[in-house]
Amino acid sequence: MAKVVAVTGNEAVANALRQVNPDVCGIYPITPQTDMMQRYASYISNGKVDTEAILVESEHSSMSACIGASAAGGRVVTATSSQGLALMWEMLHIASGDRLPIIMPVVNRALSAPLNIHGDHSDAMGCRDTGWIQIWSENGQEAYDNTIQAFRVGEHMDIRLPVMVCMDGFIISHSIERMEYLEDDEVKKFVGPFKNLFPLLDLEKPKSYGPLILTDLYHEYKKAQHEVMLKVKDVVLEVAKDFEKMSGRKYGLFETYRLEDADIAIVILNSAAGTTKDVVDELRDKGIKAGLLKPRLFRPFPYEEMAEALKNARAVCVMDRSDSFGGYGPLFMEVSSALYQLKNRPALINKIYGLGGRDYLPSHGEMVFNELAEIAAGGKIKAYKEYIGVRE
Amino acid sequence: MKQKGWKDLPPGSVILEGGSAARFKTGSWRAFRPVWIEENCIQCLFCWIYCPDMAVKVKDGKRTEFDYDFCKGCGICALECPGKKGKKAIEMVEEGK
Repeated sequence: MAKVVAVTGNEAVANALRQVNPDVCGIYPITPQTDMMQRYASYISNGKVDTEAILVESEHSSMSACIGASAAGGRVVTATSSQGLALMWEMLHIASGDRLPIIMPVVNRALSAPLNIHGDHSDAMGCRDTGWIQIWSENGQEAYDNTIQAFRVGEHMDIRLPVMVCMDGFIISHSIERMEYLEDDEVKKFVGPFKNLFPLLDLEKPKSYGPLILTDLYHEYKKAQHEVMLKVKDVVLEVAKDFEKMSGRKYGLFETYRLEDADIAIVILNSAAGTTKDVVDELRDKGIKAGLLKPRLFRPFPYEEMAEALKNARAVCVMDRSDSFGGYGPLFMEVSSALYQLKNRPALINKIYGLGGRDYLPSHGEMVFNELAEIAAGGKIKAYKEYIGVRE
Repeated sequence: MKQKGWKDLPPGSVILEGGSAARFKTGSWRAFRPVWIEENCIQCLFCWIYCPDMAVKVKDGKRTEFDYDFCKGCGICALECPGKKGKKAIEMVEEGK
């Protein structure tokens, strides 16, 4: 039986990790993730889990320790945010290149400079090319559910890749919401015992990780890494189906909200999607056919499925809570690539919102939908990319 | 030899056997070659201990010729060699001379 609780996002994800009880956890504090690993450290100290905690001197060391522990043959987790994730950067490539299924909640936060501790997506978007699977979460419930599912996805014997589970810093990590916990034994059964692929500690079969691979084979190894990413979508859906059977909560590659017959639509990640759904409802009450698409699996990106879901809209705005300065927002680039393959595609614009934790308000969503309605009615696109909620 | 395609590779570029470094000959990296002068050798085996690779071959407790397939010419053996009566048993000679 599910247990209804009122908890923060950090608390929920820490509890998910407790229920999985991994072998090793790299721990280093960084706002707004700190409270998650602090809670996990309490579980360790209080004997609630038998995880080996590795207290490190930086996030670079944390990811390095996780890589070693995972190659040795353990089920391994860590968590981070912002500068910490940025500091891990080179090790992120090694975790994915070595095909180590490390699970890492990322509590999204802006990147310095200027220094800012609040929620935006610059950190995780900055490492979208590191070969990690990325699953994004709207609220604490999704962060909890996605964390549990991430183990099944990353550790799948056909996949063996590290997974980031993203949720918005402070807005979700520190806000108390009503949510449902699964029972410990349900989670344990769902995730199952950890299976090893090439454990270093199997001394009967010696092996080496991280060899020098030059012009003769490197290109082939990268092709293999690309190919394994293509298998992830099916596994994510298979795991989501099992999860739904257990929890009653349905997950896909992305969520659509009143999108089927929508003329105008917003594509938006994480917590701001919740706000936008309210705006969609208000517009629908006025007879305006507005809809929403909220990506869940960002890496690998479900191009064909998303194009299919958006093909009937007349105007779409992709909203990014991070920027690729001098380019479009990272989510826009992906949606744009997805839609380009369609013969008849919606008009597409990009808005940058909410950087450094700037509030995203229903009025912002409404403003964007109004602009989309004008474009859908044959109006000219004034700007393909624009910052909103910004002072002149 | 048929070269491997991407489908033939183990996930994560993991080498699934021990001792495979023996097949990767690294002696060509060498710029200076250690030369063993047997008459000055007291068989202390310092060179064997100090060699960072396994390029000093020992048979029946005594050192024999260098294994030039793996010696990278670092010169540690020549530096550590105590020799006999002030004469080194290992000298570094520039390759090609």
